[in-house]
Amino acid sequence: MKIEARSIGGDLLVAVREARIDAASAIQFKDEMRRLTNGQASRVVLDLGAVAFLDSSGLGAVVAAMKQLGPGRRLELAALSPAVAKVFRLTRMDTVFTIHERAEDAFGGLARVS
Amino acid sequence: VFPSTPLAVRETLAQIVAALTACELPGEERGAIEIVLAEVLNNIVEHAYAAPDSGTIELSLRPTAIGLRCEVLDRGRPMPEGRLPLGGHPERGRREDLPEGGFGWLLIHSLCQDLVYERQASQNRLTFRFAVEVGGGIA
Repeated sequence: MKIEARSIGGDLLVAVREARIDAASAIQFKDEMRRLTNGQASRVVLDLGAVAFLDSSGLGAVVAAMKQLGPGRRLELAALSPAVAKVFRLTRMDTVFTIHERAEDAFGGLARVS
Repeated sequence: VFPSTPLAVRETLAQIVAALTACELPGEERGAIEIVLAEVLNNIVEHAYAAPDSGTIELSLRPTAIGLRCEVLDRGRPMPEGRLPLGGHPERGRREDLPEGGFGWLLIHSLCQDLVYERQASQNRLTFRFAVEVGGGIA
């Protein structure tokens, strides 16, 4: 599973470069997120712009990725495709996460974040 | 008919989405069908069949005047208590208690109609419908 991470200020921007987070890839996603987010960044922004499909296993893995950050650290989401946004809305998980329309919006509108 | 594995489910979904795209079904309706089928099929892979790749799943899609009718058959274990899970919203508490599962049936119930589960002999049969207009036949 291809996921890229880079620091922006004291935060971490993590971009998923896969079209799907589903039952076949949820565990990989969770493990890769654990590896990429084991630093100190207090805020992690997950750019899902490339993800066209996310099922309940994928949703569970995103929730798990947030929980494994531990107390005092936040996971925010950015660039949800319409299908992915719908899954968050129907399950009301859109009320749990701060969701940015674009990844750059999470960083004060800085251009060229991805 | 395909084996009960996550990758076989993924391949089957890709074929169905391609067929629905060829039928010029709008993206939003296609997305709803893909998510429901993914949840239904992965439930069978993860729950009905105890071990991975230990059975087969039979899926048929049939366009009708009232939408796309779907039938899914497997020979795995029956649903808990022999009936459909209700698919309510999982309990929510503090952040560390947030559920990581229990969303599947909620999505299924939200996105399709006429959902019926039957256990017949040693077979599970789930039928449901999407109120979409699909021309032509898709297998």
